[in-house]
Amino acid sequence: MDRKTTHSKAWLFVLPVILLVAFNAVIPLMTVVNYSVQETFGNNVFFWEGVKWFEAILTSDRFHASLGRQMLFTTIILLIEIPLGVAIALTMPKKGVWVSVCLVFMAMPLLIPWNVVGAMWNIFALPDIGLLGRTINALGIDYNFTSQPVAAWFTIILMDVWHWTSLVVLLAYAGLNSIPDAYYQAAKIDGAKPWAVFRYIQLPKMKRVLTIAILLRFMDSFMIYTEPFVLTGGGPGNSTTFLSIDLVKIALGQFDLGPAAAMSLIYFLIVLLVSWLFYTLMMKDEAK
Amino acid sequence: MRNTARFIPAVYIFLLMTPIYWLINMSFKTTNEILGTFSLWPNEITFDNYITIFTDPTWYNGYFNSLSYVSINMVISVTVALPAAYAFSRYRFLGDKHLFFWLLTNRMAPPAVFALPFFQLYSAVNLFDTPLAVALAHCLFNIPLAVWILEGFMSGIPKELDETAYVDGYSFPRFFVRIFIPTIASGIGVALFFCFMFSWVELLLAKTLTSVSAKPIAATMTRTASSSGYELGLLAAAGTLTIIPGAFVIYFVRNYIAKGFALGRV
Repeated sequence: MDRKTTHSKAWLFVLPVILLVAFNAVIPLMTVVNYSVQETFGNNVFFWEGVKWFEAILTSDRFHASLGRQMLFTTIILLIEIPLGVAIALTMPKKGVWVSVCLVFMAMPLLIPWNVVGAMWNIFALPDIGLLGRTINALGIDYNFTSQPVAAWFTIILMDVWHWTSLVVLLAYAGLNSIPDAYYQAAKIDGAKPWAVFRYIQLPKMKRVLTIAILLRFMDSFMIYTEPFVLTGGGPGNSTTFLSIDLVKIALGQFDLGPAAAMSLIYFLIVLLVSWLFYTLMMKDEAK
Repeated sequence: MRNTARFIPAVYIFLLMTPIYWLINMSFKTTNEILGTFSLWPNEITFDNYITIFTDPTWYNGYFNSLSYVSINMVISVTVALPAAYAFSRYRFLGDKHLFFWLLTNRMAPPAVFALPFFQLYSAVNLFDTPLAVALAHCLFNIPLAVWILEGFMSGIPKELDETAYVDGYSFPRFFVRIFIPTIASGIGVALFFCFMFSWVELLLAKTLTSVSAKPIAATMTRTASSSGYELGLLAAAGTLTIIPGAFVIYFVRNYIAKGFALGRV
């Protein structure tokens, strides 16, 4: 870290990146800010409204409801995917052909387009033609995700666990692989129990990759749109309408640009704030 | 205990493959069989669904469109990320840390927030409905990611390499292209892999920025699902075909994935 040289021309190296990202980020963001403070009745005529939309969104029950659903969803999938991913990574072999086989198959769900994931789970979980739906109903449980909110939640969570646990596995596995053999030998000599090896050797060494895993899973699950949209369309009722689905409904469905823009900014700020907290904690750790 | 643990990855992979198997199973069935009977494998295998996709231009063009914007995006992202990552890993300059975090914030922007402004922006610059528009839009999250990964890899290369090259009389561009890039080849591979992954799976922006001539395959599927009723077999076949490029790419980078996660900062 401290071996870096001060070099003011380094900005030239970064310039292409800044220009491209700014084109994609700053201009649209300014558009959103612009809409968020104005009212329009069409014909490109806009009226200044100040913070009216922000107040409306922050006090609206609809926003609170979708934010609540979003937080519940993100919490549940983090609580399942992180421990499960670590557990699977711990049982993976260290060397051999089996490693490649594991990696190739486990990474597969990560590379399937998100709407295909939704469509695939739709035909997998439908109670009449899907393997999962049929099996659950055959066990005597009445299950139909298109009409029961609980079943819809169960299906979406199962789908997300299926879709993303592998990312945690791959990250945790990479962290485990970076532990030198000498650590394990020392633990063996000391007669350490498997739990002690995990708690005092493996877990600390995985800390960085796990922080990254939690950060990535938090950001992506908080932005989830396509998979639940294809699977349930936000329903039954509004039971699986997460923030992004609600936002697209307001912006493109009802074309309420002002409220949609205000909601976009609030939404973005929430993701940004939580991610910044994670990032700062992570960097603090690395500096040590 | 050791032996039972060994089965866990196998069980996990089995569970992962089950929904994929069901999709492939459906793709070889006729619509009548899908809706009429329930069976774990097709009773009479039909290739009609695949034949439709390979003979109908609205279908197979979808694959070309998707692959073309993904490739353009991979090339752009990694090309501009290389010098930037080098600067972040080697130099200290005004605002470097803030800039790095600002780049990462774009990875955190929900695509739903940007869908409408992107539509207006790319219409204004006359790029709407071209693969280039989608490729550029995907740069929003892929460039920060590529910079992040490459910076991790480059920081793992000792600075002595750069210094020795200068002593040997290499100019900077020659050093960068001839020595540095080959040294971090595996990092570039990993960055390309992640750019492929996130560009290939994203749909919200890709769908917003295209209408007819650059429509991605995944969007073609959505249209079919809604307009022509319930052609599940066709849908399943199209879905199965979208899995293949991904599987292909993973196979090539399999040895770098684990290493890439550890060295790079992803």
